Amino acid sequence: MCKTCGCDSNDHQHKHLPQSAAALKRVDVHTHILQPEEVVADGHRQVFAKDKVLVVNLMSSPGAGKTQLLENTIQALKDELTIAVIEGDLDTENDAQRIRRHGIQAEQITTGTACHLDAAMIASVLPRFSLDNIDILFIENVGNLICPACFDLGQDANVVLLSVPEGDDKPEKYPVMFRAADLMLITKTDYLPIATEFSISRAEHSFRRIGGSAPVLELAAPLDRGMSEWIDWLLFAYANKFSTLSVASSSGHTDTSHATP
Amino acid sequence: MHELSICQNLLEQVEQIAARNHARCATRIVLSIGPLSGVVDPLLRQAFDLLRPGSVAEHADLDIQACPVVVLCTDCDKESEVPINQLVCPHCQRWQTTLVSGDELLLLHIEFLTQDQPENVNHLENAHV
Repeated sequence: MCKTCGCDSNDHQHKHLPQSAAALKRVDVHTHILQPEEVVADGHRQVFAKDKVLVVNLMSSPGAGKTQLLENTIQALKDELTIAVIEGDLDTENDAQRIRRHGIQAEQITTGTACHLDAAMIASVLPRFSLDNIDILFIENVGNLICPACFDLGQDANVVLLSVPEGDDKPEKYPVMFRAADLMLITKTDYLPIATEFSISRAEHSFRRIGGSAPVLELAAPLDRGMSEWIDWLLFAYANKFSTLSVASSSGHTDTSHATP
Repeated sequence: MHELSICQNLLEQVEQIAARNHARCATRIVLSIGPLSGVVDPLLRQAFDLLRPGSVAEHADLDIQACPVVVLCTDCDKESEVPINQLVCPHCQRWQTTLVSGDELLLLHIEFLTQDQPENVNHLENAHV
């Protein structure tokens, strides 16, 4: 027996037991598990509000048309508003390069193996922007219908794309993602004549049955079809956030969602 | 697998709370995770196993409490437990419902040893996730 602390160890270098008994303590917490991330995201949100930037997070599976949508949006709005883009991909700068060809600042986050963007990653590129000169900052998230929905980036609105070739039942297969949508965009509607199994009404029904209450718009970006309604929604979201901005609607479309943080 | 990022956030909180409470060893971490949180229990446990060595949670039991998916119908005002991908009121079939529970991703409470004495607590010998 150790004469120092009374334990049974024969190793004279062992760590001595303290003389008092250990105490168990329960600490009630009741916080979001992602609270450290949320603190960072809230910081972004405050900066975006101060610098009057509308931040839109685009999410979808790979290839649903996020980058094409951005290219068309830039063409439609670049004379009216200053746009900037944060691109998220596992690798390459392909999408950022496509955006830059339009004369728009695009910063690429290559995540390596991470399947989503998070607020810390956004923090790493924000200093490259002069946010007080930007009106709308788009975040093109990593193509993935699961993980990105879990991470708050400080955005004002989530726009989730569902392309016709993917099938009309994706909302009920990926409810977490589609429930996060402030707008669902059905893209690549130019494929409808050949994707005869896809039904717009079934896609909307699939969205509604998972509690999706956001508006649903249809788009065929290469044909510029549906773009005016999408631009109206964007401008309404921008005006809603910064109520001093007066914006004329091009189509009179009024069924738009409030941009929500 | 985003459960790794989520677990990193969890352990960051556990470390901070341990420091504030002058504790060096967590014995039990209790979470509440709903099916609509986007987090899968077995994957979170795998992530926890990968990340906890050397942390204050190294010997902790991870207790994950599941939550049902419950909606409140904005029309008939009834609350109902529903499947994860059918948040429609089962009484009147309206899809205009509000989620009452099911998307929780909460750290509920942590139990600590206030002294670093894992060998004094028998259940820690069998701690596993």
